[in-house]
Parts: sequence; structure tokens; C-alpha cells
Amino acid sequence: MSILLDRDSRVIVQGITGRMARFHTREMLDYGTNVVGGVVPGKGGETVEGVPVFDTVKQAVEATGADASLVFVPPPFAADSIMEAADGGIRYCVCITDGIPAQDMILVKRYMYRYPKDKRMILTGPNCAGTISPGKAILGIMPGHIYLPGNVGIVGRSGTLGYEAAAQLKERGIGVSTSVGIGGDPINGSSFKDILELFEKDDDTHVIALIGEIGGPQEAEAAEYIRDHVTKPVIAYVAGMTAPKGRTMGHAGAIISAFGESASEKVEILTAAGVTVAENPTVIGETIANVMRRAA
Amino acid sequence: MDIHEYQAKEILANFGVDVPSGALAYSPEQAAYRARELGGDKWIVKAQVHAGGRGKAGGVKLCGTEHEVHEACENMFGRKLVTHQTGPEGKGIYRVYVEAAVPIDREIYLGFVLDRSSQRVMIVASSEGGMEIEEISAQRPDSIVRSTVEPAVGLQEFQAREIAFKLGLDPALTQHMVRTLKACYRAFREFDATMVEINPLVVTGDNRILALDAKMSFDDNALFRHPQIAELRDKSQEDPRESRAADRGLSYVGLDGNIGCIVNGAGLAMATMDTIKLAGGEPANFLDIGGGASPERVAKAFRLVLSDSNVQAILVNIFAGINRCDWVAEGVVQALRELQVDVPVVVRLAGTNVEEGQKILAKSGLPIIRATTLMEAAERAVGAWRQDLTQGTKMRAV
Repeated sequence: MSILLDRDSRVIVQGITGRMARFHTREMLDYGTNVVGGVVPGKGGETVEGVPVFDTVKQAVEATGADASLVFVPPPFAADSIMEAADGGIRYCVCITDGIPAQDMILVKRYMYRYPKDKRMILTGPNCAGTISPGKAILGIMPGHIYLPGNVGIVGRSGTLGYEAAAQLKERGIGVSTSVGIGGDPINGSSFKDILELFEKDDDTHVIALIGEIGGPQEAEAAEYIRDHVTKPVIAYVAGMTAPKGRTMGHAGAIISAFGESASEKVEILTAAGVTVAENPTVIGETIANVMRRAA
Repeated sequence: MDIHEYQAKEILANFGVDVPSGALAYSPEQAAYRARELGGDKWIVKAQVHAGGRGKAGGVKLCGTEHEVHEACENMFGRKLVTHQTGPEGKGIYRVYVEAAVPIDREIYLGFVLDRSSQRVMIVASSEGGMEIEEISAQRPDSIVRSTVEPAVGLQEFQAREIAFKLGLDPALTQHMVRTLKACYRAFREFDATMVEINPLVVTGDNRILALDAKMSFDDNALFRHPQIAELRDKSQEDPRESRAADRGLSYVGLDGNIGCIVNGAGLAMATMDTIKLAGGEPANFLDIGGGASPERVAKAFRLVLSDSNVQAILVNIFAGINRCDWVAEGVVQALRELQVDVPVVVRLAGTNVEEGQKILAKSGLPIIRATTLMEAAERAVGAWRQDLTQGTKMRAV
């Protein structure tokens, strides 16, 4: 098992005719992902990397039975594409796009809540590297070869910092059940807590790694949830100890603007909730290995 | 992106917020003339800088004659105003706003923010205006009224009335307050603001509600659809290095240390800074060159980092995912050949084709210090910087 994504997921790529989208469609197919189609308005009937292109998500879902989507659409149009996926019957959507206006995301979130919970799409991102269930499928842009299949569930904001953690695990022969990027934007599809809920229920995930950063309330919300509801060991790292207050550090959401949003405050809150915190980014793998040894 | 007080007031006034009459000036002479034009016998002269706390720093002066207006301006123009929000270097004063003084009965705090918990626009108001919101939260948290706006239908009148009543406003002012709140919300939505702050919003002696100060910030990601807002960008209020970086599409934040960082990805960039600190050094900057890390971007990044004269060593940390380390290594070598880099450079590559990348660095004949792990990279960068200092010369090692 894994969460959100596996070998059976039927994937479409929205914006598949773009240069980057085409490249990553090839990469996903080579990894074994079941990419069944693409959507670009006005380009229905074309073929990209051997998969058919449709004009609308609804057509793609009807023709291919797609249930997962990767949104690779430029910022001005990305919110519209996510809402189209939500309305078209997609169950899990990853949005890679960086630079979507925050108020567009507010409307996307509001729109998704039109659907009852059993019909509501799950969105991760935007501004993320995507999701991988190693050995099964990739819905995103990460390099598959740095992940081994295994039992650590990873959820994080940052792409390359997530790679760093995965590489440290691989070095120790430790594998990953699923790695989910929730992205660096202030308004995002899923929070740490949303993904922790899924990992807690997943039999193949034995240990959870949470990779956070400065800014926003989601690490603190996660801490509260972990304290009350998570039975599995959780390891965390929070980036941005040296980040100054009030400055945006690359990710639109990485800004300390309120109490509890600095790295040291988040570390304190997570530690108090029983989370084992890796003190620096070079010992994430080692910390996870130690916790797994103790749990075994 | 931030704008000036006078610009925020103009925008808010267009949506129906009442503001005192005022005018902009670029010189003391012009300011005195503006005061005469405005009429009355008391004026406030306000330095236009992108920072709060201007009053305590001497950036706001009450004047009773045109001569005093002139004098106040002479002490402001060309000076750097240092407030608790500007950092020690301060922000230059190149424009002042002259405003007719108004008799104040009450001061209210009013803010609109993007609330990340509810993922909606939140209104924050307090009867304790004049103080900063951080102070109000610490000293009078019970005075704070909060309300979130349902995005599909916008701010409703009943919500605005609730806020007015909770603030204890004179019932005769309720409609005026409702109009003010709705105007702020419409401006926030219309122009993709991330923050609107009116502090203080005042009730005047003659029972009007006026915005005495105003601040607005906008979502950089939405400027593409608001060219009239993008035009308000004032580079004189930005760190020149950060302006240059933004113009080149790089994400850069200048810091006080002396080890320059070039990293791909925001999270990894922050983690790299943290590791430098752990190794006993101080990072000179945050710099995310993007996930792709193309050779052109690497070269741009070197130029940018070297433009900071405090930089005494550079740490490059690239995790090559989809791109390859050999390609990134070529970029680093190319950049170092083209630019005269006279500080030690430590390069750590990880990910796809890392061995080929290392070979390219080694074969280049350039004095590049190589590292395999992030910790090693940080230690070597700090070590190289220290050695450089003790030798008293620019080192070109290994």
C-alpha cells in the first residue's frame, strides 16, 4: 500500500503539450506511471509521448477512466485547471505551478468544498515537486531514482530539501512508502495534517517524516494532530533557523509574520507534541534511522 | 510588493474610504506651497517610506506655519529614516505627504490580511488604534475583533455591522463604518492585496470616520493582471541587491554574514544557511536559483552574490534532480572562468550523475573546494573563510 498514488492510478497531465510537461510525462511513463492522457483546450485529438490529448478533463475521464491529474498550466490559468479537474471527476490532483495568485487559491479551495466529502478531489500543491510512491508511480517532477520503496512516509513543503532527505535515507538503505510535497505557497490544497491523517491509516507506512519550514500555522496544527491522533513515530525537520523575520524566503509562504511561525518556535511546538526533531538538515536520515531502530 | 501611504490612500479613497485632504511634495518648497493650497492652520508632514514606525523615528511632524512645513521637510529630504522596521541602514526619504491635521476623538485599528488558517481574508479590528497590532495583541488582546470573509459572496453588511458594534462606535456612525469596511474589502479583492492596514482609523471631533494612515501590500504573483499597481513599485525603497535579483528572476534576500550561498530550491537554501550557522559561520544571503539550476542561472547567481562586498567565501549547493550534476558542474566552471572570483568557492553537488559532475570540477584546474555532504560543504566554506582571514590574503586553494 501507499497513499494517494499507486500502480493502478490512471493519470492525466493538464497542459501536456508544454515543453516541461512533455519532458515529465516521459519521465513518469519511464518510471512505470500509468499516464493515460493529457488535456489541452483546442488540442484534442493530438498525441503526446504516445498518449491521447483531450480538449476537456471530462472528455479525458470519460475516455480513459482517469482518476489522477498533474496540473502543469501557467499561473494565470492554473486555478481554472484545478477547478476543472475537481469538477471532471478527478480524485487526486497535484499542481506543480509556482506563482498562482493567493486569492485564486482561496477561490479554488472554496470551489472544491462544493462537493460532498466522498466526491471531493484531494489537491496537493501548488508550487510543489509532486508525489511519488516509490516503485509504483510518480505524479510530479522528482527524480525517481533517489527513492527506495519502503515504509517511511514523507510529507514536506520543499522539493529539493525533500530530495536531500530521500537521498540520506537511500544511503542507509531505508525506503519510502509515499513522499508528498504540499508546496511552498501560503494557501495550499492539503496541509501537513491532511497528509498525516492518510499516513496514520496506511499499513505500509511505519514511520512519518515531516519536513517543514518557517511561516504559516500548518506545522503547529500538525503538532496538535500528532499529539492527539497519530500513533506512529514522527520525525521532523524545520528549515529556516537563520531566516530573518518579515522577509519572504523564496517560497511565497516562507515568511515569519506571526507568533509561532519561526523555525525555533515550530521546533518547540513539535517537540512538545512528542515529535523527534532532527536538529539540522544533515541528520534527517540518521534521525529517522535511529527512530526506526528503536521502534523495531 | 509594498506601496507608499499616499498611494494606498488614493486607492482606498477611490473605493469609498474617507481620507483627510493631502498632497504630495518632492521638495521643501513644494511642500510649503502644498500646505498653503490645502488651507487651514495645522498640517502633518509625513515622510513617504515603505516602513511602519515613522512617527517615533522623526518621520512625521505636526506643523503650524508654512515655514515650519518647509523646515520639517528640510530635515527629511535626502535623509535615511531608520525605524524598527527598516533595519539599521534605513530607507531614503524622497517624497513627503502634506496633510491637513484633523481633530481626533477616537483611534481604531483596522487590518485586512490573508489568514492562512482559515484560508480566507480576515478582518482584524481593535478599539485600541494608534498602537501597533503586535502591541495590541500583547497588551489588550480582548480588544481585538476578528471576522473572516466567505470568498464566494464577499463581505456581508451584517458582518461589518457586528464589527462596528463590537468596537463600541456611536450607532450614528454604523453606516459610515460599514461603507469603510466594504470599501477596504473591495480594494483588497480587486487588486489582489495581501494586506490593507489603516492604523489609525479615526473618529473626528465632528463625527466622521477618516483613514489617518494607510498601508497596502500586494501579491507579487498577481501583479501580471494589475499593471497600474505594478507601476507603483519604488526601487528607492528596496535593497539594491534584491532589486537586481528580482529583475533577473532570482529569489534573493540579503543578510549580514559573509558566506555567500547559491542553492537550488527555497527549502534547501534555508537548510544550507542553517548548516553554515551550525558550522560556525554566518550566511551572507538567501538565494534560490530555482529547481532547474541552468548554467546561465548559476552565472547570474555568482555575479549577484559577488556584488555584496561582505562576501568572503561562497558555498554552492545544488541537488540535481531532473537535471544532471555534470551539466550544473559545466555551468559552475563556465561562470568561474568568466568572472574574476577572488574568494574561496566550495561546491557541493548531489543527485543525478554526481560522479561525472565531480570529475568536471576536478579537471577544470580551477581552485574549487569540493564537498560531498551538506555538512562537509558548510564546514569547508567556514574553514576556507577563516583561513582566508588569518592569511590576510585572498586564497585560491585546492
